[in-house]
Amino acid sequence: MYDLLWLVPTFPFLGFLILAIFGKKIGKKLSAVVGVGSIGLSALITILIGIQFLTNPPEGHAFVQTLWTWIAADDFKVNIAFHLDALSMVFAFVVTFVGFWIHLYSTEYMADDEGFSRFFAYMNLFVGAMLMLVMGDNLLLLYLGWEGVGLCSYLLIGFWYRDPANGYAARKAFIVTRVGDAAMAVGLFMLFYSFNSLNIQEILSVAPHVWSPGNKLAVASTLLLLGGAVGKSAQLPLQVWLPDAMAGPTPTSALIHAATMVTAGVYLIARMNGIYLLAPLSMTAVAIVGAATLLVAGFAGMAQTDIKRVLAYSTVSQIGYMFLALGVGAWSAGVFHFMIHAFFKALLFLAAGAIILAQHHEQNMFKMGGLAKALPVTFWTFLIGSASLAALPLITAGFYSKDAIIWYAWSGPNGSIYLWMAAVFGAMVTAFYTFRMVFVTFFGEQKMEISHYPTWRVHIPLIALAFFALFGGFIELPGTLGHLTLFSDFMKSALPVVEGGHHEVSLEIFSQVLTAVLALVSIFVAYYLYLKNMQIVTNFTSTKFGHGLQQFLLSGLGFDWLYERLFIRPYVWLSRTNKRDFIDFFYVFLPWLARQFHYLFKYTQTGKVRRYVVGIVFGVLVSITIVVIL
Amino acid sequence: MIAISLNTGLIIASIMFFTGLIGVMIRKNIMFMLISIEIMLNAAGLAFVFAGAQHGQADGQIMFLFILTTAAAEVAVGLALIIQFYQKFKTLNSDAANNMRG
Repeated sequence: MYDLLWLVPTFPFLGFLILAIFGKKIGKKLSAVVGVGSIGLSALITILIGIQFLTNPPEGHAFVQTLWTWIAADDFKVNIAFHLDALSMVFAFVVTFVGFWIHLYSTEYMADDEGFSRFFAYMNLFVGAMLMLVMGDNLLLLYLGWEGVGLCSYLLIGFWYRDPANGYAARKAFIVTRVGDAAMAVGLFMLFYSFNSLNIQEILSVAPHVWSPGNKLAVASTLLLLGGAVGKSAQLPLQVWLPDAMAGPTPTSALIHAATMVTAGVYLIARMNGIYLLAPLSMTAVAIVGAATLLVAGFAGMAQTDIKRVLAYSTVSQIGYMFLALGVGAWSAGVFHFMIHAFFKALLFLAAGAIILAQHHEQNMFKMGGLAKALPVTFWTFLIGSASLAALPLITAGFYSKDAIIWYAWSGPNGSIYLWMAAVFGAMVTAFYTFRMVFVTFFGEQKMEISHYPTWRVHIPLIALAFFALFGGFIELPGTLGHLTLFSDFMKSALPVVEGGHHEVSLEIFSQVLTAVLALVSIFVAYYLYLKNMQIVTNFTSTKFGHGLQQFLLSGLGFDWLYERLFIRPYVWLSRTNKRDFIDFFYVFLPWLARQFHYLFKYTQTGKVRRYVVGIVFGVLVSITIVVIL
Repeated sequence: MIAISLNTGLIIASIMFFTGLIGVMIRKNIMFMLISIEIMLNAAGLAFVFAGAQHGQADGQIMFLFILTTAAAEVAVGLALIIQFYQKFKTLNSDAANNMRG
């Protein structure tokens, strides 16, 4: 079964090729079959390999399949090779499995779009690139996939390219992530400089012998890799592109947010855990970036009116949790939250897409309302996703994954009480804006008639993902509640286990109860403010301070405003002042000088032979004089 | 035979050379310019002959024969050009041919 590993990324690429070349000719029906089928086959093989991996793990819990040599120049050798271990297994599973449901859903969502086959071609390429990223056995192959998802995100965000605003959002996503990619490329150069190899396993095994803990090169290269991860995963300070990425079709948002793209940063840091452990400073940086991001994005999420932007900020915030977990050294907790997050975030986006489709493509949730009765399946699945996102205690998967992170933020090897406070506060904010969204969208009176009732192609993905969003968490229970460690046992072969820190049971219970109570309280506050007594909110936002605060949060805490003044305007000013190209003046001056000499000496060309003779005689005299004198 | 010293001979050759040079520079008539050039050539030949006599060798006279031949060829070409010149411009003034001035 392991020998079929190469088929997993091959099917999506094949699907992309077929759709890109023949897409227009084969029509929508066949396009859908190819687009969904390729991912379906890929998911099927991944699951079969996964089952074998669980029952009959390969030697050393890792399987490497080398296909061919990509680049060989002297001692620089890069293979096209796939590395399968517990970490890439989990990622490949989520990418293909969640990706499959999103593709199935897209066949209905995009049914009336003229770019139907183009859409599926991009989506297949996206999944293929992401699989390349998570399964690549060396950093160059990883980087290829990394840039591949960047390209696909650009193509998909700007999918409806006739509207210039979409093209602008696409370019923003591409350019902002490019900032991080440049940092990452430099980080890769440093790694190659230190280890003379780009093979991930080789680097991880050699690193402790080459670098002592806290080595400057280790810190620099891990910080640069963090730069790449921050760009791709939309963390502070490069988070500005993700909310604008909502310009793309909704299934794209689901794919970007849940299965691919934004989780690439989490994967990169988890994958390079060995060198991060050698650079404690970088670990702290990862944790602080995560904690700051989860708070900033949480605050911004509280004031959004566009249902997709609420979800976008919640993604940024949840990935902040994953970074926090990685930063404090709770590797498997971060990956666990990634998996659960993929389920419920894909679910939320798909359900939001169904709502948008049912409401004449309206995205402002304050213009919706009362949809619970009209769209029961969408409502219940959306509620499950929201409960999971808000970490409703005991019954949802999100509770178990997020709770582990919150506890490790305090008790983990790098944890501190400040990180814990940020995480708890973030959980409270998350519960508030999530249920604000639920109450505003589904309760109250219905403001618009339903324009489209979803069919089975929407309902089945929703129900399947809702199942995992609800029960996926039961494979990993905290020590105080059953102590089940199926997931972390599985990850043990690929990621270091949590060591050090402290484990007071009473504190853990305190943390859990506090989180649970705060989540319930903020759900009640959301209920009270947005359903029971909306007057309070409207009164508050009509005051000057309230209005200012609302606008500030709505703009994502003014980061766009800040970057506009800090980077864009100086750059535009610089390019405008340098319109004439100052440096070019020097090179324009040289031909100018030559031309002036030309004009000057032109006067000596009179066409009179006698003058030329005089010139020659004069020249000879001067030459002779010089020779005689010297 | 009266022996003339090398010094005197070279001075005579120089006077001839500069006469020819000044002739080329100041005469407008292209015919006279050609004649002046011939004078310069013969000045050079004279200098060769004197130098050969000084060293008692025949080389100088051989060199003069070469110059004579070259001059004959040159005059043939030069006169042909002058005829063409005259046919085109109906004058022998060399300044008339300044069509290609910058």
